[in-house]
Amino acid sequence: MQRITIDPVTRLEGHGRIEIFLNDEGDVANAYFIVPELRGFEQFCVGRPAEEMPRITSRICGVCPEAHHMAATKTLDALFNVEPPAAAKKLRELFYSSFYVTDHTTHFYALAGPDFVLGPDAPPAERNILGVVRKVGLEIGRAVIDARIRNHEIIKLIGGRGVHPVAGLPGGWSKPLAPEDRAHVEEVARKNVEFALFSLKLFEDVVLGNPAYRELILADTFTHNTYSMGTVDANNYVNFYDGMIRVVDPEGNEFVKYHPRDYAKHIAERSEPWTYLKFPYLKGVGWNGFVDGKQSGVYVATPLSRLNAADGMATPRAQEFFEQFYTTLSTKGANGRYKPVHYRLATHWARLIELLYAAERMLELATDPEITSPHVRTPVSNLPREGAASVEAPRGTLTHHYWTDENGILTRVNLIVGTTNNYAPIAMSVKKAAQSLISKGTVVTEGLLNRIEMGFRAYDPCFGCATHALPGQMPLEVVIRDAAGEELQTLSQYC
Amino acid sequence: MAKPTFAMYWAASCGGCEISLLNIGEQILAVDAAFDVVFWPCVADFKYHDVENYPDDYIDLCLFNGGIRNSENEELAHLLRRKSKTLVAFGSCAYEGCVPGLANLTTNQATFNAVYDDCISNDTTRYQQPQVVSQVPEGELRIPVMYETVRALDQVVPVDYIIPGCPPEAHQISAVLTAILSGAQLPAPGGTILGAADVALCEECPLTKDVKQITRFYRPYEISPEPGLCLLEQGLVCMGPATRGGCGALCPQVGMRCEGCYGPLAGQDQGARMLSAIASVVSAGPPGMEEAAQAAAIEEAMATLADPVGTFYRFSMAHSIMGRAKTVDG
Repeated sequence: MQRITIDPVTRLEGHGRIEIFLNDEGDVANAYFIVPELRGFEQFCVGRPAEEMPRITSRICGVCPEAHHMAATKTLDALFNVEPPAAAKKLRELFYSSFYVTDHTTHFYALAGPDFVLGPDAPPAERNILGVVRKVGLEIGRAVIDARIRNHEIIKLIGGRGVHPVAGLPGGWSKPLAPEDRAHVEEVARKNVEFALFSLKLFEDVVLGNPAYRELILADTFTHNTYSMGTVDANNYVNFYDGMIRVVDPEGNEFVKYHPRDYAKHIAERSEPWTYLKFPYLKGVGWNGFVDGKQSGVYVATPLSRLNAADGMATPRAQEFFEQFYTTLSTKGANGRYKPVHYRLATHWARLIELLYAAERMLELATDPEITSPHVRTPVSNLPREGAASVEAPRGTLTHHYWTDENGILTRVNLIVGTTNNYAPIAMSVKKAAQSLISKGTVVTEGLLNRIEMGFRAYDPCFGCATHALPGQMPLEVVIRDAAGEELQTLSQYC
Repeated sequence: MAKPTFAMYWAASCGGCEISLLNIGEQILAVDAAFDVVFWPCVADFKYHDVENYPDDYIDLCLFNGGIRNSENEELAHLLRRKSKTLVAFGSCAYEGCVPGLANLTTNQATFNAVYDDCISNDTTRYQQPQVVSQVPEGELRIPVMYETVRALDQVVPVDYIIPGCPPEAHQISAVLTAILSGAQLPAPGGTILGAADVALCEECPLTKDVKQITRFYRPYEISPEPGLCLLEQGLVCMGPATRGGCGALCPQVGMRCEGCYGPLAGQDQGARMLSAIASVVSAGPPGMEEAAQAAAIEEAMATLADPVGTFYRFSMAHSIMGRAKTVDG
């Protein structure tokens, strides 16, 4: 049997690796996406004081430390059974919205943008942020840098540090927003709204206005019919900070809606001997392998799935774009809901709609009369025991679960991180991309890496959490071997 | 004249060092203009074999972030050491192991058991730990072996400079790069610290010390500290006295204790230094108190200090006098 190894690094370890096996006819028999490392936070956090988790688990990922910080902080609320004051919850959500703006901005412009602005077949050396700037102008490059910098300043102002924030505490937040700082936050939020609208316009002009890109988005290669997961508020609108977890089936019917603390009743994780990362799936459906459809427990947790799982957006401009998104790519089903969009590349558009929502939500919170309230902590009075909570990380639902002794020293920890939710879907996308380019022993070398990488990139996989590659910049190497195992050809990028 | 060459690499890290570097803002464009980037996996498309083909000492400046957790990390450390004139341990992981170094308090087997066996969300119909070599219907698959101990970069290869911090603060990165770009003479190499202070964090902390003694420690959720006053003197285990300054004392200014992410001062063990700082702040009771009662009071105060090892060595485990927890087979 022929084997094709797609290796991020010539020495196999550290990042991600793809092994593609061909059958005797030379078609793809199977593809394995291997995550070759585990850092083991679940175990080395045992023995630590629970209240340190927002500052320890942020070190899982320097790209999305705010997500771990917030999931951990909310888990401490649950652990100590303490309800933060309304102002603290608003301040946390303000901080989190600013984080979403910078994170989604980085992804779209630095990682996804190049595929669309420069084209999926541009050489890897040009498909980067500098290439985007060259193509569309330096002012866009400046606007992107500005967006990142001004929001990191807000993250630092509210959270204490620009990377690895520190302010989360059970029952609240360590420091209120000073009234004299509020106007600046509002100004940043206004700029963010403008920037998000500009980005959506750019997407419309460059991508939707180009028939070739529309065709690419709708291509079967990048389509998977799976369940969709997302956090929704009381109106079933998208929420990043808090709410219920809603899962819809591939046709758009609500499959289950549950409180985040009940995650283990609904999600199970499957281990395989050939990888360090586990594959979560819906318990209520069961694991039926790496396949699409209603009978498969595979689900996704991405900007696209969040829109699919919700009935709309909670802010007015984002809701307009939500309508445009679904009237363009979908139709309403018998249940009155839009049918889920399963084109994975539409995730990039969904991400920009979320960017706008985050900016609008940030502005709402920055102008909320309560946002500068000094009352941002509820004293802790209950003994800790067990708590679980979640947030929507940019890359999927992020769940933390802690158990402690009566002194609040951790005895057990469980984490299901954003990207992990998408491990099976990513593996499926990889296989499908390979199948579209390898047939009867003929390997279409040109574009193989690009297609596989684009399949990856839609999920914005943060294997920073697992393998240190910054989202999207997946180092890949393809080694093509004949049936005897002899190397015929090697292709690689970013490694 | 040819531009100086630049490389950046991540080993076992979280990506935060790269994000912090990006947070220097438009100065990144100056770095891009001044240097010829010859290896930077997160930004540009260079191959490992390109690096292998460079002559020795070809890279003028190499920023290495991340600790050494597996054989790939180790191999790249050796390769980049050989190819770099100046090798910088960039950030706490490369400098001293950082939070992932807490894994040195446990074992891989315990970690595997926690993740793959005794986990509430696992598929209860099968328990499967990863195997270095496994058989699938189509053939054989291999995954790397994890090292049992997390090491700092200088425990693997000699390091010229260290930029501490988890992550290094952008203004410090900026200051170091500005100095390098201006052609300023750097201090002599040999594991020399750059981008940080030579004194303890307390020296740059705006909170006021009162030379106050305490009878117990508090967990951060147990008290709301008085604004403007030293956190350690209010019973919070602020690592400031045992930690190198340079960040600008950011955490204490939002009412949170210093975690110690800039590591120990020169020649010190962070935990040992913290213990002595704690000894000086814990009250031994009123004057004239009997020795036994004094000892009991101190013991009582110390009993309120949660997880001293994980707190004192949150970042510096790899270099600590402990190194790692002993495993059963030693």
